[in-house]
Amino acid sequence: MGAGRLGVPMERHGRASDTSASSAGEPAPVGPDGRRRELLRCRASSASEPPVGASASAEGVRRSRPGSYSGAPSASRQRVESLRKKRQLFPWFGLDIGGTLVKLVYFEPKDITAEEEEEEVESLKSIRKYLTSNVAYGSTGIRDVHLELKDLTLCGRKGNLHFIRFPTHDMPAFIQMGRDKNFSSLHTVFCATGGGAYKFEQDFLTIGDLQLCKLDELDCLVKGILYIDSVGFNGRSQCYYFENPADAEKCQKLPFDLKNPYPLLLVNIGSGVSILAVYSKDNYKRVTGTSLGGGTFFGLCCLLTGCTTFEEALQMASRGDSTKVDKLVRDIYGGDYERFGLPGWAVASSFGNMMSKEKREAVSKEDLARATLITITNNIGSIARMCALNENINQVVFVGNFLRINTIAMRLLAYALDYWSKGQLKALFSEHEGYFGAVGALLELLKIP
Amino acid sequence: MAECGASGSGSSGDSLDKSITLPPDEIFRNLENAKRFAIDIGGSLTKLAYYSTVQHKVARVRSFDYSGKDAEQDHEPPYEISVQEEVTARLHFVKFENTYIEACLDFIKDHLVNTDTKVIQATGGGAYKFKDLIEEKLRLRVDKEDVMTCLIKGCNFVLKNIPHEAFVYQKDSDPEFRFQTNHPNIFPYLLVNIGSGVSIVKVETEDRFEWIGGSSIGGGTFWGLGALLTKTKKFDELLHLASKGQHTNVDMLVQDIYGGAHQTLGLSGNLIASSFGKSATADRDFSKEDMAKSLLHMISNDIGQLACLYAKLHCLDRVYFGGFFIRGHPVTMRTITYSINFFSKGEVQALFLRHEGYLGAIGAFLKGAEQDNPNQYSWGENYAGSSGLMSSSPELCPTQRARSGTFDLLEMDRLERPLVNLPLLLDPSSYVPDTVDLTDDSLARKYWLTCFEEALDGVVKRAVASQPGSVDAAERAEKFRQKYWSKLQTLRHQPFAYGTLTVRSLLDTREHCLNEFNFPDPYSKVKQKENGVALKCFPRVIRGLDALGWEDRQLALVKGLLAGNVFDWGAKAVSDVLESDPQFGFEEAKMKLQERPWLVDSYSKWLQRLKGPPHKCALIFADNSGIDVILGVFPFVRELLSRGTEVILACNSGPALNDVTYCESLIVAERIAAMDPVVHSALREERLLLMQTGSSSPCLDLSRLDKGLAVLVRERGADLVVIEGMGRAVHTNYHAALRCESLKLAVIKNSWLAERLGGRLFSVIFKYEVPAE
Repeated sequence: MGAGRLGVPMERHGRASDTSASSAGEPAPVGPDGRRRELLRCRASSASEPPVGASASAEGVRRSRPGSYSGAPSASRQRVESLRKKRQLFPWFGLDIGGTLVKLVYFEPKDITAEEEEEEVESLKSIRKYLTSNVAYGSTGIRDVHLELKDLTLCGRKGNLHFIRFPTHDMPAFIQMGRDKNFSSLHTVFCATGGGAYKFEQDFLTIGDLQLCKLDELDCLVKGILYIDSVGFNGRSQCYYFENPADAEKCQKLPFDLKNPYPLLLVNIGSGVSILAVYSKDNYKRVTGTSLGGGTFFGLCCLLTGCTTFEEALQMASRGDSTKVDKLVRDIYGGDYERFGLPGWAVASSFGNMMSKEKREAVSKEDLARATLITITNNIGSIARMCALNENINQVVFVGNFLRINTIAMRLLAYALDYWSKGQLKALFSEHEGYFGAVGALLELLKIP
Repeated sequence: MAECGASGSGSSGDSLDKSITLPPDEIFRNLENAKRFAIDIGGSLTKLAYYSTVQHKVARVRSFDYSGKDAEQDHEPPYEISVQEEVTARLHFVKFENTYIEACLDFIKDHLVNTDTKVIQATGGGAYKFKDLIEEKLRLRVDKEDVMTCLIKGCNFVLKNIPHEAFVYQKDSDPEFRFQTNHPNIFPYLLVNIGSGVSIVKVETEDRFEWIGGSSIGGGTFWGLGALLTKTKKFDELLHLASKGQHTNVDMLVQDIYGGAHQTLGLSGNLIASSFGKSATADRDFSKEDMAKSLLHMISNDIGQLACLYAKLHCLDRVYFGGFFIRGHPVTMRTITYSINFFSKGEVQALFLRHEGYLGAIGAFLKGAEQDNPNQYSWGENYAGSSGLMSSSPELCPTQRARSGTFDLLEMDRLERPLVNLPLLLDPSSYVPDTVDLTDDSLARKYWLTCFEEALDGVVKRAVASQPGSVDAAERAEKFRQKYWSKLQTLRHQPFAYGTLTVRSLLDTREHCLNEFNFPDPYSKVKQKENGVALKCFPRVIRGLDALGWEDRQLALVKGLLAGNVFDWGAKAVSDVLESDPQFGFEEAKMKLQERPWLVDSYSKWLQRLKGPPHKCALIFADNSGIDVILGVFPFVRELLSRGTEVILACNSGPALNDVTYCESLIVAERIAAMDPVVHSALREERLLLMQTGSSSPCLDLSRLDKGLAVLVRERGADLVVIEGMGRAVHTNYHAALRCESLKLAVIKNSWLAERLGGRLFSVIFKYEVPAE
């Protein structure tokens, strides 16, 4: 999960263009299969592009990566390039180490030739096998099989993109595993983003003998979401919205074609929340952020209910009744507050009923979990709506792992945005909600704009 | 102290509510004539408002009827003084904890005698709950008023009528409170009311406001969630816990996510990335203090962020915060201010209100009193009857809390006349009357507080002496002493209690306290005597002046103004001289003056100006009675009149020290006119106009002047303002910028102040200013 970075509401403009001048403005060509193909031709055509695997020795790689490169790469990039030049490109990873969760995307090539396979070192095989044949790793690592992107063409290679997550507190175990599996012998580059890329950099180096290529999390996020939206979701739409979100029976999840993505308000709800205004592929700014995010929901749930997992917290919330905990407008005014046009069902005071001892004694843990979820979600919706108004943007995409398996929150965001904006704002969601940072890191590894 | 509820109400008296003691001389004052009640019942505090009339004594002066009498008799005073009863209107506001509501209602019922009130306006969330109780106890019909409408009416009222109502709170600076001068146009502004939830209201005019947003994360969230997390039931206790906690143990900070790298990335590691982010674990316990602190930060930051987003959307930069979450709690004012500064990058100002807790009650009262048009009047905060900021804060003022329980008072006097800005102020929005901010300047504060303490005995003595026929004068004077002494002690510890502390506010507080105990004009007899003596000298002084050449006369006139100004019972140094040498005269005073060049000396420039064309109209603010006004000001006025300049002579509406009052000035002018044809014809032809300032202060606030005076100043096109005396030209207005020429003159009759200004006792200030073109 990306940190909320409450503290850094500075203007940030994307740097995505610094490696891809040529392709930045062009729409990606669409292949005969109807899907967009990320063609290496685009990359090769750019004279200013830094070298990507130009002198890589692996046959397959060399074959798929023609062209020579020149230019003045930055110091960090130079380091990465020098690593890359050595030979090995596989395995392809993108890593996003957030405050709570680590997100890992792994590209599994399916077009490996016999030659290639022969040349492939043992440890690489073992990694591929380990990752693709399991759906769980250790006690906490999980592969989101349902999110797997099949037959994806990436840098001329066909393969599947896998999505894996595990808690940040298991990072040491992950690094240890990298050491055990002898990752460093692959001379691969780990492109990592999120605060943890900085926090664990030294551990990667000293324990795992691995050099991280650290990437800005917001750059990665923006890149990742634009890319994933462009490739779709195994033929389906990546982006969706809710119709009749307030009505349990009529509520429908419908695909949304984000054909005009700009301008876009991007709300990333991880442990904290970052809100970005995206004006084009390479032009975005961080508008604001809030520290009331997924971490707050889960943290408060732990304190209030004793739950131990996010899933458990959501489970509880799904069974609870927040109106026992919250003070509604109708609790104060007996109905709607007409003077201000406030509906009676609106929450006037989150946890407001808990000021009374009797009511505190009458609520269940489920009620508290539900109220916590509603409080955090409404607040994010409210801040997002104000940002959209201030930035004059009317489509808002909510992403981040807070939304994983969290239909309550998504429907609430959808409803709140629609209601309070009188239908002017649309809340959009994306299937790969929490993985965009990791995808962005992978794209950076492959130099895909 | 009377046992409340024990006075024949028939109730059992054994409940907790009944056992509280109310000091009736301090709380629910003036109930006998009370009419028009309003009540605002919040979650924990009740605010009661009532309108009442106060009878107090005023000293009236009246010309003798001279027919058939020999007016030149030596022992004859120039006019007679009579003490009369005057009725003025006053608004009383009392704030107390809901626990006391029944006891208070009983108390009111028992003390409410001859009222014809039938209705009580009620607002606040608790109005429902206590409706029956109020109707039963007071036999008044409860009329419910909309909470937000009341709040905003109240807010407009205090912003317009109470100087230094709004302040900025800065925790780590000294002073913590920065009071704002009242902006002539208070609209538009944003009001963020943090009750159990948050309401964000845009106020555009007196009657137009709009709810533009809100949030459910407010005081109720802090309280409710806080109670769940810490098992602490009371709001204040939760705040107390929060003030001791470390939120970094509970919150996930940027540095927790980034490790040490935040520094190289230019991120501030201490910023909160995820509130309660560290508590997402089952195997750790968190302290109550830490959780409360984290919760406080979370809520304050969130409110601040939303307030900034709304302010930005509506292009507003002033945001007033109110509601029980704020209620003067330093800890919440601090976190809200921090949040606003952070999210707006300093572009939005978080402002708090001294009487924030009273807004609803004031508004409800105004709703009920619309037929009396309270908004047509100007009102003034009565320092004697008001508790001051933080009076009920247990941490800040244990003594006062013990004295009057948790009762907090606000009293506002209806002023006889509406007050407005002097139209000649260069920039009314930046005008600050006071020269030294004693909240800011602790050395000066200590000096002046001590000075006022030391002068107190003399004031008490003079008060007693002014009412020789009164049997209880000594007793009342003693009460006055205690009251003013305790105000001074409060101000020593809380200089911010009544807004910016200034010499003016210290003087005004003393006048309010004197009035409170029916010493309306302790100097009336002294003034009478001095006026008598000075009137006799007038012809001689005029003859002397007329014998001089033009240039010598101009200097003599100015010296006369200054010498007259030495006569000031308000300054301790002078009163010492006057007490010991009653014959100390005008000529001696001239001798005492500093020789030129004076401490501030632009006399040559002034003389040069006088050689030019006459001014169209001069506005003169007079200072003291007796020699000052009669032998100093009037000859100067006479010279101006002779030059063809019209003169508006403005004197105080009510008494303050030995300052000449408007009524006295009328008599004095009449007596002078009888002796002097220049003054006589000028009065008759309305080239000399006597006006009242609307003030009863020894100082002068040019932003609160009598409307009639302001109108006249504009009509006559005044192009010269003369401000005379230490109180009006040095303690206040020394730096006041005007749109026309001005003359500020005073003799420094206080050695400490003289030294501060780089001079000695009796140094002369002669400041002639011409505005830049």
